[in-house]
Amino acid sequence: MRTRLVLWVPLALFAILAALLLRPLLSPPQRDIPSALIGQAVPEFALVPGAEGRPGLASADLRRGRPHLVNIFASWCLPCRVEAPQLAELARRGVPVVGIAVRDRPEDLARFLAAYGNPFQAIGDDRDRQVQLALGSAGVPETFVVDGRGTIRHQHIGAVMAEDVPAILAAYEAAR
Amino acid sequence: MKAGQAPPCAPAEAGAQLGPGAGLLLSQEHKWLAVLAALFGLLAAAPALADSSLPPAALADTQLADPRQERQARALMDEIRCLVCQGQSIADSNAEMAGDMRALIRRRIEAGESPESIRAWLIARYGHWVSYDPPLEPVTWPLWGLPALLILAGLWLARGRFKRRRR
Repeated sequence: MRTRLVLWVPLALFAILAALLLRPLLSPPQRDIPSALIGQAVPEFALVPGAEGRPGLASADLRRGRPHLVNIFASWCLPCRVEAPQLAELARRGVPVVGIAVRDRPEDLARFLAAYGNPFQAIGDDRDRQVQLALGSAGVPETFVVDGRGTIRHQHIGAVMAEDVPAILAAYEAAR
Repeated sequence: MKAGQAPPCAPAEAGAQLGPGAGLLLSQEHKWLAVLAALFGLLAAAPALADSSLPPAALADTQLADPRQERQARALMDEIRCLVCQGQSIADSNAEMAGDMRALIRRRIEAGESPESIRAWLIARYGHWVSYDPPLEPVTWPLWGLPALLILAGLWLARGRFKRRRR
């Protein structure tokens, strides 16, 4: 009797393995992809201004001794509207916030900033998304904490909600 | 994102089927059908991530002039995972980001960079996860070693059985 049961073991193992392999094939899990550049220098870039009244953004601006929040956003991105009050709050607390506007037009950007506030000290126009890709960012919005020597210290994926502010402030303080 | 617009992962035609004018073409008694269809369209077009309103990148959907370079670029695109539609390669994905990544690959291939160096550049940013060609390293050795081990185990089992039978 026991040998009979043992005969079923390979089939059971196969079924378990098949189930394990089939599940992610049929419904691939959607997950956040963290940038592999955390702890490394910001890649070299120089972006022209994305909005009137603010300078553009270059990697050299992030190496001037002060840490920055680098916010990757777009006027067409809905979660970016949701995080606007939190970015304003961080800017109000003295955190220098700079923006990288992905695939945007200056006029759309101006409308967005007028409607949801402009916490940015500088806004780079990343029209072909090349700087976003160079940073290892996989979507909008994302927020990087970059220390005063231009090293990426922290990445926040998705909108910055009120409950995320303490963690971002802590990362900013740690980067000082 | 407007209702009826294609979600970034679906083929472009899927969202275009139910335009705002679809209901006007139907007769009065079929209006409820149109309403149902529109509701279904809303459900089907549930947006995961919106795309911008800018046109696709120049080289996202345009082949390179040099067929050899285009072949190289295409082979690499088949092996780079889309960051938005995570079960697809960037060659298969309609997401705007996949288009921008195709443009990046074509531009760099055109400039003479090797596909392996572009793959390494992407892996340095998104991890090995972004490549469909996992390297042999401690974490991935079961992937390569297990099939060989299983075949060896099977041969050993079969050998045992044949021996017993001969006796």
